[in-house]
Amino acid sequence: MGFRSMTVRIDEMTRTAEPPRWWWWAAIIAVTIMLMLLPSYLKISQINGISKLFPLGLLAVSMGFMWGFAGMLSFGQTSFFGLGGYIYAVLSLYSGETSWPLIAAILLPMLFALLLGYFMIYGRISDIYFSVVTLVVTLILEKAIRSTSGDQYTVLGVRLNGQNGIPTVPSLQLPVEFKTELHAIFYLAAGVLVLVYVGLRLLLTTKFGRALAGIRENPRRMELLGYDVRRYRLGVFVLCSGIAALAGVLRAVWGNYVGPQMFDLNQAGQVVIWVIVGGRTTLLGPIVGAGGVQYLAAWLGTQAVGQISLILGLVLMLVVLVFSQGLLPSLGIAFAYARDHLILRRKI
Amino acid sequence: MLQQVVAYSYQIGFSFSIFVLISLGLAIIFGMMRVINLAQGEFLMLGAYASIYAVKAGLNIWLSFLVAAVVVGIFGMVVERMLIRFLYGRLLDTLLATWGLSLFLVGGVTTLLGPQTESVAADLGFVTISGLAMPKYGLVLMVIAGVLLALSWSLWRYTRFGLIVRGTMQNAHMASAMGVNTGRVYMLTFGFGSAITGFTGAALVPIFGASPTMGGYYIAKAFITVISGGPLPLLGTATASALFATIDGVVSYRTSSVLGEIGVLLVAIVLLRLLPLGVTGRLRHGV
Repeated sequence: MGFRSMTVRIDEMTRTAEPPRWWWWAAIIAVTIMLMLLPSYLKISQINGISKLFPLGLLAVSMGFMWGFAGMLSFGQTSFFGLGGYIYAVLSLYSGETSWPLIAAILLPMLFALLLGYFMIYGRISDIYFSVVTLVVTLILEKAIRSTSGDQYTVLGVRLNGQNGIPTVPSLQLPVEFKTELHAIFYLAAGVLVLVYVGLRLLLTTKFGRALAGIRENPRRMELLGYDVRRYRLGVFVLCSGIAALAGVLRAVWGNYVGPQMFDLNQAGQVVIWVIVGGRTTLLGPIVGAGGVQYLAAWLGTQAVGQISLILGLVLMLVVLVFSQGLLPSLGIAFAYARDHLILRRKI
Repeated sequence: MLQQVVAYSYQIGFSFSIFVLISLGLAIIFGMMRVINLAQGEFLMLGAYASIYAVKAGLNIWLSFLVAAVVVGIFGMVVERMLIRFLYGRLLDTLLATWGLSLFLVGGVTTLLGPQTESVAADLGFVTISGLAMPKYGLVLMVIAGVLLALSWSLWRYTRFGLIVRGTMQNAHMASAMGVNTGRVYMLTFGFGSAITGFTGAALVPIFGASPTMGGYYIAKAFITVISGGPLPLLGTATASALFATIDGVVSYRTSSVLGEIGVLLVAIVLLRLLPLGVTGRLRHGV
């Protein structure tokens, strides 16, 4: 199979198989402290705007991890994102509780991913079919949700409301008290994002993570070495769909709302754009990309340039044509070139 | 009883023609050329708008289909020269770039023409068979689908151009060594696929209308049809269309069109497990 064509040689840039060094931990702690202090220096509207980015960043991570570290490009992450949000909304409205709906909203999409992934990965469909089938799934789920306007479409007594989505999604009941509800969401989403990031980074150092890197580089050789490639791929797919579902729950909690836009093609496309712009070769890249592009889109929205998708589409085409390695890695290559050819020559 | 048979066959035939119409262009662009064109739905949309504006300019509706084919065909060739030709063999980059193109076209058309749905009526009336009134245009669509399938099949199978195209897609270096200008062949094939897409997009207007985001409604169906079809683009697409149309037709008729589509998706996913290379995966020769 041609998974190699879509891989990136990250081993040359970051040695992710080794446990992180002390400065990495220091950076994580610094970022955590910064995130803890940040809300007291911000206006409410800014806190609101920033906490919207965390779930999206988490969604981008769930896609970037699969793409950059397992060589699988899934467009279906938005389907798990949306499913997670909807399942949480329905169950929490039905029961009035929030803790077990949260768990169910992560486990059920993972189960769905397990079934879907079994058919795709164990059918050994090629890399590109994998991308297209996951895309098709999210498109059809969106269509299905959009068609549920009307009283007859209720799940557990909760109306799905089709195009309009479900308002009044309950906030998570947390064991700790926060100053306002917004602060709670900010800390919750930021905390989850940092934890997932650290968790994935540590996962890369385990046997599982090393096997993934091997599969990304050369699946056939890994198979000859006795690894069941399909099982590892299915594992990553299920894991990342769980992360996407968790992101969907956080998104639902953030606005107290779920809607069919969560499955949207533009949403899925934007996630890809974040991952490309931020660079798929690092775990941090997609998070940075998500923040940056969201900010750009919001800024474009205030500049009255008309259709945002027009600009995003142009950016995507240009990035593919001009910076085929992704924006940040291209900068890195340019930097390395400059260092080798301009500075070193002077030394000689 | 007879009435039921007629109703089901109309529903299945209609569904079959829709599947063929939305996936025929993709069968050429993705099935033959291996270009994952995510902007395929937007090509349909451009065809639809081209025909609407041709009709508004006073043209006959049937001629407007041809206008749409020409407009989208030329547009496709321009896209091939400016974007796609840099991306052959880079499957993933093709996917991303055509996604960008799709977003760009949706945004552009919304900005220029507005987000509303426009339509043109083809007032053909109804035909009554054993007490059931069926819109004549549905029958016309079935004929169009059949004719387009037959035409493209004979083009690839019996003409010199078809031979050269198939040879180029099989082995571009060899074709080039035989004196074929492969760049031109790629451009023309992409243009031909786009022209067919434009034509079918226009043919769908009297039923579904046209809006900037209409492409999103067809792209999923089109891709599962071509993927399930397998390596022989035309035969595979026709077979997969027939299979999916039967499921879609029956389920849609009994419940709702969304359930029909979900049924098709489920069958397609199970099918990929059983026949990972598609329906025609075991066949070696043909188109």
